Amino acid sequence: MAKGRKMSNYIKLIALGLVTLFAMIGTNYARDLAYQVHAIIVMIVAGGLFLYTLRRTDEPKVAAAGLENEYFDSVIRAGTIATAFWGVVGFLAGTFIAFQLAFPALNFEWADGLANFGRLRPLHTSAVIFAFGGNALIATSFYVVQRTSAARLWGGNLAWFVFWGYQLFIVLAATGYLLGGTQSKEYAEPEWYVDLWLTIVWVAYLAVFLGTIIKRKEPHIYVANWFYLSFIVTVAMLHLINNMTIPVSIWGSKSVIVWPGVQDAMIQWWYGHNAVGFFLTAGFLGMMYYFIPKQAERPVFSYKLSIIHFWALIFLYIWAGPHHLHYTALPDWASTLGMVMSVILWMPSWGGMINGLMTLSGAWDKLRTDPVIRMMVISLGFYGMSTFEGPMMSIRAVNSLSHYTDWTIGHVHSGALGWNGMITFGALYYLVPALWKRESLYSLRLVSWHFWLATLGIILYAASMWVTGIMEGLMWREVDANGFLVNSFADTVAAKFPMYVVRGLGGVMFLTGSIIMCYNLWMTDRKAPAKEASLTVQVPAE
Amino acid sequence: MELYTLLRQFADSWMLLFLFTFFIGVIVWAFRPGSTKAYKDTANIPFRHDDAPAPSEGQPAANKEARA
Repeated sequence: MAKGRKMSNYIKLIALGLVTLFAMIGTNYARDLAYQVHAIIVMIVAGGLFLYTLRRTDEPKVAAAGLENEYFDSVIRAGTIATAFWGVVGFLAGTFIAFQLAFPALNFEWADGLANFGRLRPLHTSAVIFAFGGNALIATSFYVVQRTSAARLWGGNLAWFVFWGYQLFIVLAATGYLLGGTQSKEYAEPEWYVDLWLTIVWVAYLAVFLGTIIKRKEPHIYVANWFYLSFIVTVAMLHLINNMTIPVSIWGSKSVIVWPGVQDAMIQWWYGHNAVGFFLTAGFLGMMYYFIPKQAERPVFSYKLSIIHFWALIFLYIWAGPHHLHYTALPDWASTLGMVMSVILWMPSWGGMINGLMTLSGAWDKLRTDPVIRMMVISLGFYGMSTFEGPMMSIRAVNSLSHYTDWTIGHVHSGALGWNGMITFGALYYLVPALWKRESLYSLRLVSWHFWLATLGIILYAASMWVTGIMEGLMWREVDANGFLVNSFADTVAAKFPMYVVRGLGGVMFLTGSIIMCYNLWMTDRKAPAKEASLTVQVPAE
Repeated sequence: MELYTLLRQFADSWMLLFLFTFFIGVIVWAFRPGSTKAYKDTANIPFRHDDAPAPSEGQPAANKEARA
């Protein structure tokens, strides 16, 4: 055992040393600034890990035998902290760029090429989707798969590799955007070497998750794990196919995609819509199927419906991508197919929503007494609304009005803030007392404050974007008696100003709510009474 | 035959049939006789092992988990 550890330590040291050396050479030969900064970051991380590993070479290994009787929770605690942290960062970036659109003077001249809207916008989307949402998914999936498999995470410290590896991916992606290192594919902006790194991390994630399911002690795989697993597998597939690029140079960040023309566009939106379908929907439905029953203290309304929900959702979502490419070079049959599948998708989406909501049947009073469950329920409400709105907007005639307008932005945010944000907040409010062994949250009043600030913030956001989106769509297509366009583009921009301010204020409210949450969770650790150790016997809710 | 045509014909005949049958099969499977009882047990999985993994065979249970 000790010998094997020494051997693996040598291999680790050699690998880290080589990576450090490579990054040093990269720092020197770098063809662009983004690559150079990334080489320096990689050099510092790999070099630091080299020294860390070297200094611990002769330390005896802690016996792992007894650990099988405990859950691996330290990595989940780190994951909840990362989720809350990146959430605030992402919301702050979003609020700032919302005001940049309303007040262009906020695109400061001294920060031009670093912090103007174009550079900050992908930073915002990736921070909220991949940093906030991704950390929430990784942390909750590790929590849920252990509890529903009755087994410790597989792979020992591999889970820590997944966590830190993912944070490194986030840092590389974010710094890359600011410095212009982007391949300009929506939600897939990171350049080739960052994509390669994410692939390694993601394979490790799949191994940890699947390994835990394989060694489970429960005979059945609980439905939440099906959703999480489909999310992990599909994202791996999407990521690989949409990032088939050939680097121009090994010392530069630029790369060229292998797909030609309209195929590239189709693959990009096949990726993009399934990032919504599997990252932001299937993964978060995994959360929903565990945390809503737990918080409501009753099993899911219909397990049969959950199985049909799962298969219907994954069978349909994968086809919906072409609705992003109406009226383009994409053949009509393909975009019609995407549109039809999107409309059919309405059914499994609402089936899942109803399944979640009806879990509360017989316990609706909890809505009055428990603000955490209120948060989870409103997340399902927003899920239902945005999965109704989405299919509607995918219809070609509606899309001709809504496409390229702020209506799309409003739709995305009612889904992302309402569904993903609220269910994640609910999960965090459940997880923090459970993971830090506290009796309860520090303050339910503060949860209520968060709930109302976030809800009203989303309503301001969505309503202002509906108004401005439809107005803008109508202004663009307005023609006079002679068939000339009535409005110039600048006219629509001027008309949108008040709605942009309202949207920004909605963002401020949502951000304030999330800061209140961080304070509440922090105080839960510091001030809430500790849970007694004797309360370990669980009674099934029947 | 061109590869595209071949794949296209396969996709909208046999593959379509396979996916559709699989999906119908899932629905039938979910409603099979005895499923209600089995799913009642499965749906209660989240309420069993909150604090520690289930003990492995041959190991004394640290605390007895109640099970429906």
